[in-house]
Amino acid sequence: MAASPSRTFSAAHDSGNARLRTRRLFGEAPKRTREARVLLSMIAWTIYLTFGGGVLVLVLPRAFARWVALFATIAGLALGTVVFVGTPIADLAHFTTIVRVPWVPALGMNYHLALDGVSLTMVLVTGISAVSTVLFSWDVEHRQNEFFFWLLVVVAGCYGVFLSADLFLLFVFYELVIVPKYFLIAIFGSTNKEYGAMKLTLYSFFGGMFVFVGILVAYVAGGSLDLNQLSQFEFSPQLQSWAFPVLFLGFAVLAGIWPLHTWAPTGHAAAPTAGSMLLAGIVMKLGSYAGLRVAMNLFPQGFQMWSKWIAVLAVIGIVYAAAVALRQRDLKFVIGYSSVSHMGFVLLGFATANALGVSGAVLQMFSHGVIAALLFAVAGRMIYRRTHTRELDALSGMNLSHAMPFAAFTFVVAAAASMGIPGFSGFAAEITILIGAWKTYPIAVWIAGAGIVLVAAFTLRALKLSFFGEKDAQGEVTKDTTVTMLSREEFNPITIPEKIGACMLMLTTLAVGVYPKLLLDRIMPAVETMRFLK
Amino acid sequence: MSYLELLKLASPEAVVVLTALVVLSVSLVAKRAAAACAFVAALGLVIAIVAVRFLPRNETLFGGMLVVSPLTSLFKIICLALAFFTILLTQAEKAPRHPGEYLALVLLATVGLMLLVGSEELLMIFIGLELLGLSLYVLAAFDKTDMRSAEAGLKYFLFGSTSSAFTLFGISLIYGMSGATGLAAISTKLATTSVQPLLAVGIVMTLVGFAFKIAAAPFHLWAPDAYQGAPVPSAAFIASGSKVASFVVLGKIVLIGFAPVHGSAGWHAMVAGWSPVLAALAALSIVIGNLVALAQSNVRRLLAYSAVAHAGYTLIGFVAGDREGFSAALFYTTVYAITLVGAFGVVGAVRRETGGDDFSNFSGLASRSPLLAGCMAVFMLSLAGIPPLAGFFGKFYLFSAALHAGANHALLWLVALGLVGSFVSLYYYLLVLKAIFVDTPSLAVAEPMERMRFDSLQGATVTLLAAAVVLLGVMPNVLASRILAAIP
Repeated sequence: MAASPSRTFSAAHDSGNARLRTRRLFGEAPKRTREARVLLSMIAWTIYLTFGGGVLVLVLPRAFARWVALFATIAGLALGTVVFVGTPIADLAHFTTIVRVPWVPALGMNYHLALDGVSLTMVLVTGISAVSTVLFSWDVEHRQNEFFFWLLVVVAGCYGVFLSADLFLLFVFYELVIVPKYFLIAIFGSTNKEYGAMKLTLYSFFGGMFVFVGILVAYVAGGSLDLNQLSQFEFSPQLQSWAFPVLFLGFAVLAGIWPLHTWAPTGHAAAPTAGSMLLAGIVMKLGSYAGLRVAMNLFPQGFQMWSKWIAVLAVIGIVYAAAVALRQRDLKFVIGYSSVSHMGFVLLGFATANALGVSGAVLQMFSHGVIAALLFAVAGRMIYRRTHTRELDALSGMNLSHAMPFAAFTFVVAAAASMGIPGFSGFAAEITILIGAWKTYPIAVWIAGAGIVLVAAFTLRALKLSFFGEKDAQGEVTKDTTVTMLSREEFNPITIPEKIGACMLMLTTLAVGVYPKLLLDRIMPAVETMRFLK
Repeated sequence: MSYLELLKLASPEAVVVLTALVVLSVSLVAKRAAAACAFVAALGLVIAIVAVRFLPRNETLFGGMLVVSPLTSLFKIICLALAFFTILLTQAEKAPRHPGEYLALVLLATVGLMLLVGSEELLMIFIGLELLGLSLYVLAAFDKTDMRSAEAGLKYFLFGSTSSAFTLFGISLIYGMSGATGLAAISTKLATTSVQPLLAVGIVMTLVGFAFKIAAAPFHLWAPDAYQGAPVPSAAFIASGSKVASFVVLGKIVLIGFAPVHGSAGWHAMVAGWSPVLAALAALSIVIGNLVALAQSNVRRLLAYSAVAHAGYTLIGFVAGDREGFSAALFYTTVYAITLVGAFGVVGAVRRETGGDDFSNFSGLASRSPLLAGCMAVFMLSLAGIPPLAGFFGKFYLFSAALHAGANHALLWLVALGLVGSFVSLYYYLLVLKAIFVDTPSLAVAEPMERMRFDSLQGATVTLLAAAVVLLGVMPNVLASRILAAIP
């Protein structure tokens, strides 16, 4: 387990191409300065600040809780943004070590964080979702400190997973996220919360069990826990053929792969708004990210053997979840199934095994993180908090587009982004995936295309029923009562934090939709260096 | 070898015996007997820990009857520390009937632990087992006013004495085969013989006694009643100190004494020896412990069945049969012991306040005492193996050692079973936490909305133990490297 203990910054210097690009961008020699190094290592503080915020929330009095949470998450987002803007693109092509400290030397465990374009993208979406989540939880009163503590632990754990370059460390953060979700849902949730929370936790842990086996096998066979070292190691094909599906399936449970997705809709529906936003926005990405970073990168031959099965499951997931969403009565269930459908695109992107498809999948992870947060924010916070129902039939009689114009506007934007209307991030991501998939699985593209139509159908249906419902559908009598009962003054106005959060998410999806190169330029080189493409 | 030198090497044990005598006499004369006795006992244990630190590094007396090595010193300290925390828990119990006698028994049991840990000779090990066992039988039955306590003591005694008889018989067979009682001597003798039926019987019978002590299925039947019925500190001591010492000595017996007849527990390559026996015990314990624990509604009973499962996990380390496996098993059992003392501390506080230890007595604990609730969450999640707590690292260490051991992932079946077991266990640990954090205080509690009152010493003890569990999870190297270095 001899590993150079140095801070490896040399890897990215290999390609002259990257050198050129850097020079073009910054007009100077691409010598990695001390500042660049400091800048890069700043990203590690996202984890510490968020954890620190969590502990602080627990010990400070009530009044500070939400402010501490807000500052902690904003700090995380700011760090992510600064590194995103300040780091030359060439530096993001390799999984560059930021911190490496011996942890348990006897077992070869290191506290080892690293960063590349893919993980930076995920860190960024974590920051955005986290800030908006806190903003949409501004009026949580019940056991406030506890609530924000669990929330910050989830966020910090997610940062940790995205930055880990040590298999054990990654698994620590990965499992760390599970239990806080249970408490977030079981204490603060709504519909059928204890069932939903337990189901979600057990499913996550069930997947974790497979991951545990896969990690142990990789560790024992490869003799190291360092992801960069392991991704150079040649595992025997026989081992890869069974270790890959075990590991990938374990991660994919959290990503909502069909047929192990059923925790997602119940969990999302039971969770408090913040919980659903975090769950759908980031936590599901932990599964797909780790599947890419660990399973596919470590066992490339195993991946090749199984990739078409992943594609099959992904396509079934896309179509099946969309079809089920079409029949749901609860708005949150609609969104929950739409998450499963969208995550199917991520898995399809992975299965293409080419740079374009995988990059599109990463872009889709970012995009869906923002869109899902937005959808759940509207459904859980703006609508449910005010009308106390999520039943589409009930909502359709309330004429919400007049009662809450801002909410209606937000939902229209979110729905458009979710459907994949050009100009929003969802379109950019899904079209990239489909182009990538065309080279490998043309049939899958046709079916997934049909899936997109279904997505559009259920999204429009939800949109119409929830905000633009026909009041006179049930006759004159109900029309009169609904109009008198639920006039505009009945609902509390949309609050400022809600507006800020919604605007932030909408601007993000718009920005990425209009200029996806912003992210793709950083994702593509990182994906291209991954082993399974070769 | 003069007596003075012997006394020097046995000074920690001597200190503890002396303390027990002093405690007995203090209880006769002191005004506030409970506090004075506890103080003296705790002081004696601290002095004994210091005495262990002054022991020479390596020494072997009388063919292994008394061994001083880094490993024995480390685990003597751990056993003394566990006894120390048990005494702190005792102190919080309201007015026990005979505090001096109770504490003296705890101290004598501690001497038993130290003899067990510090010996590599079968007769001495048996004496240690009996000294420990007899003290614990009385400790389990100590609460004379409680029927359940009497039941616990009787069951523990009946099962314990039977299994002791088996062990003694097994030892006699081993002696007959090898002509020696020292572990090293047995090992050299066994190296030249093959596994004969008589030897196999001897090995299995010797192991029975230890399987009883560590509550491995199918010798676990005493555990639920003892854990539930015995006074809380006694149960904590039975679950922690007794277990750690038994695992240390079991490891020594199989890895030193029976090393030549290791056998193999690989999936396709079973070879007769002790490791398939332990593998079968481990598998059975994991399955039975976890499945039966699912049906419990009493926290102490649940802890008892989960203890069976944890004994199963720990045995996997021995089945691996190498230095790393031994080290992992010892790390795991130490962490487990610390966790259980803490958990019993919380159970004791809740029991005093609400008069019981069913799930309903725990409901809404989070709002009545956030501190105890938080500590209990740490203990339960560590037992379930959730990072960043010590139990998680322990499991990782254990399972990776087991996979390392056999070529071609021979022990993968045990590891997979262990993982499935810990997946099942998360459910029932979460049920405890659900009662504490999610449910509202039930009617079983007299004043549901009131803050819970508990002894500040007890609060401090439990907090300290919870902090230790977190610390050992975040920085496992503190303990793991020491154990690994201590194993030759």
